[in-house]
Amino acid sequence: MLGKLDWSAIPLDQPIPLVAGAVVLVAILGVLGWVVVKGHLPYLWHEWITSVDHKRIGVMYILLASVMLLRGGSDAIMMRIQQAVAYQSQGYLPPEHYNQIFSAHGTIMIFFVAMPFVIGLMNLIVPLQLGVRDVAFPTLNSVGFWLTATGALLVNISLVVGEFARTGWLAFPPLSELSYSPGVGVDYYAWSLQISGVGTLVAGINLVTTVLKLRTKGMNYLRMPMFCWTTLASNLLIVAAFPILTATLAMLLLDRYLGFHFFTNEAGGNVMMFMNLIWAWGHPEVYILVLPAFGIFSEVVSTFSGKALFGYRSMVLATMAICVVSFMVWLHHFFTMGAGPNVNAIFGIASMIIAIPTGVKIYNWLFTMYGGRIRFATPMLWSVGFMVTFLIGGLTGVLLAVPPADFILHNSMFLVAHFHNVIIGGVLFGVFAGFEYWFPKAFGFRLDERWGKAAFWFTFIGFFITFMPLYIAGMLGMTRRMQHYDVAAWRPWMIVAAVGVAVLTIGVICQIVQLVVSIRNREALRDRTGDPWDGRSLEWATSSPPPVFNFAFNPDVRGEDAYWDMKARARQQSLAHETPDYQDIEMPRNSPTGFVCAFFATIMGFALIWHIWWMVILGGLGAWATFVVFAWRDHDEYVIPAEEVARIDRSNIEERRNLVSMAGAV
Amino acid sequence: MAMTATAGHAHADPHHIGLVIEHPGPAPKRIVTAYGFWIFLLSDIVMFSCFFAAYAVLSGQTAGGPKGAEIFEQRNVAIETVCLLLSSFTCGMASIAADVRNRFWFYLSMTVTCVLGLIFLVLEFREFADLIARGYGPSRSAFLTAFFSLVGCHGLHVSAGVLWLLTMMAQVFAKGFRADILRRMTCFALFWHALDIVWVAVFSVVYLLGSAP
Repeated sequence: MLGKLDWSAIPLDQPIPLVAGAVVLVAILGVLGWVVVKGHLPYLWHEWITSVDHKRIGVMYILLASVMLLRGGSDAIMMRIQQAVAYQSQGYLPPEHYNQIFSAHGTIMIFFVAMPFVIGLMNLIVPLQLGVRDVAFPTLNSVGFWLTATGALLVNISLVVGEFARTGWLAFPPLSELSYSPGVGVDYYAWSLQISGVGTLVAGINLVTTVLKLRTKGMNYLRMPMFCWTTLASNLLIVAAFPILTATLAMLLLDRYLGFHFFTNEAGGNVMMFMNLIWAWGHPEVYILVLPAFGIFSEVVSTFSGKALFGYRSMVLATMAICVVSFMVWLHHFFTMGAGPNVNAIFGIASMIIAIPTGVKIYNWLFTMYGGRIRFATPMLWSVGFMVTFLIGGLTGVLLAVPPADFILHNSMFLVAHFHNVIIGGVLFGVFAGFEYWFPKAFGFRLDERWGKAAFWFTFIGFFITFMPLYIAGMLGMTRRMQHYDVAAWRPWMIVAAVGVAVLTIGVICQIVQLVVSIRNREALRDRTGDPWDGRSLEWATSSPPPVFNFAFNPDVRGEDAYWDMKARARQQSLAHETPDYQDIEMPRNSPTGFVCAFFATIMGFALIWHIWWMVILGGLGAWATFVVFAWRDHDEYVIPAEEVARIDRSNIEERRNLVSMAGAV
Repeated sequence: MAMTATAGHAHADPHHIGLVIEHPGPAPKRIVTAYGFWIFLLSDIVMFSCFFAAYAVLSGQTAGGPKGAEIFEQRNVAIETVCLLLSSFTCGMASIAADVRNRFWFYLSMTVTCVLGLIFLVLEFREFADLIARGYGPSRSAFLTAFFSLVGCHGLHVSAGVLWLLTMMAQVFAKGFRADILRRMTCFALFWHALDIVWVAVFSVVYLLGSAP
């Protein structure tokens, strides 16, 4: 009846996951109870859960990412403590538990923190920057988000029902095959990624189509803000790379469920094929994450330097070059696995070539700052912090791209330090910069600067204290993923790294406090003009938060830095006071399709993991029926009457006039 | 589409070429939908290419089991191919019928497309069932693993296509040739033709190359 599922799946003998699970459950029930008691449920359902508004979906993506960041961060703290204490002892985490933690940490941080955070920011901002009312496929957007949430939910269910993979975040066979991993851990891993992978693919298709087909009048390709360009590049990579992940995990699952021989040791299976396939996805994946971050830094640096981005066209070229070359370097992830010197040399050189466009970008940001009137607001701090940190991570990356060096450092703590250096220093700093920068746009008030700066400094310093020792430990020969060790020379570095994690944790706490303080002081921090930073691109041309239709009129773009241009012209013409001719606006209706579909996907995923076949069929039928019901509806749009549009737009225009006339007076 | 050429502003035209084509604004829904679906099809083809790659890597790994030439029945495959190619033609007819809003030709062409698709699926299913009965199932060898996955993946797509086809017919029956239904029809037709293209590759790479002794 219930397949492999019985009471032994609940780890009653392990206090840590049980207590953690209980805390999470209490928190979820508490929030749900509060929502129900306060009567917020209808609001939540109508305004958020069923929303197809790209801004709302973006915010929900970011919320999901933030919650998962806490989960992944807890895993990190546990690992650092384990390695600090497990010198000539077993520490406090048994090996099978420790292995699950490092696997879950990697999986969660990449798929459920970094991915939803960047996709959330792209969703939130790109339609605004392009001057349009929504993404190309609003309902599909909601489906994509909820499927991502399904994946995250399944990973977290594995904490208390069954186990998670003990194979590392990429589940290399033959370890991940049934003969070596008979439990449900790898199945949890693979099915969560399959389901959330569909969500990511949907988001990718949606954003590519949005950028290529839905730009406002006059928004030529070479007038798009840099963030739109990097979004385009990143989503092209999603469309090209995620199907590879889907196919590869499907092969692994076929091996595990139906006794196929793709990657087995027996009957002619080929393990190296898994390495090639997974990294053909895995390497573009890191650029999927970091390219949008590059876009955010471009926006932030240009805004807070009060200058147009230096070398805009070279930046576009660099972005697209990275987009293409990122598909030609995957083999550097396994130089040591016998490809031979010629192949290694080619991929080593290709990997070093990627450093060239990245270097172009760094110089462009520096030259944008040069001669600018720089304001060191929090987003700018994250950007400058990124340039320093990412540079070091990039250089150690070039070092690892040299095959002979890689033979010594492969799979060592040096590697761990390198990729944390680029992912934290690049992606995480980037999304934090974007979070601080665009928060006023999303919610209508700024974040507290003092706590923001404190968060930056603790995170920045904490990062260096945590990860620089890992470089040294790697040089001293320490391999990654060690549950315990007997080498005295590594111990001090592990202790320093644990201290660093404590500092990082203070940084995270500062950000939570910042959010709370800012919400309390929101009236004082209110952004009335919609343009709190003196911005340059179109998202600042509408109110904060923007109305559901984003713009009362599709903006007419005449050049790069569209909004900057408009402001300059408005000042010159001292704002002609004509009354605009408002029109009715059609917007897509909200739809529960995404949520219902994800509900069935959760059931189906869970049933597949535990081999509950009747439930699999039930979930599949439910998902299909949901789509048919959606396809059957007759009214997919509603009309906002012109008077309503006028009413919403006028107040914002008034605030803006005041701003411009004040600036004119100065 | 109104394309206007204007003398460029300072930012848009740094080299003073003097002619900048202004982007006309968001594309109409019909274009956007079909464009998005094209992108999906490209991603789907990337997924197929992984299975093709796996087949190329594993096709020699027979582990003492049968080679391709020993199990492929060319007559069966020829009929399958004819069915699928014909169904592409009838699917095209259905698209034209939808464009001119002719219900009779639409239902007729879609029905024929559906029947041809089903014949293809039955033949493929019989081929698979026969192989498994002879002990040449996908767990026999890595070659058979790759063969069953690649051909089966295409078969699953055709099954999904048939399900979509029937839903599509029901939609036209219930809603008529509405703009959103026509957009979906465009996507369906793209999907069906793409499956045909993939089959041409399957036919060539698996059955033709594999039949060589």
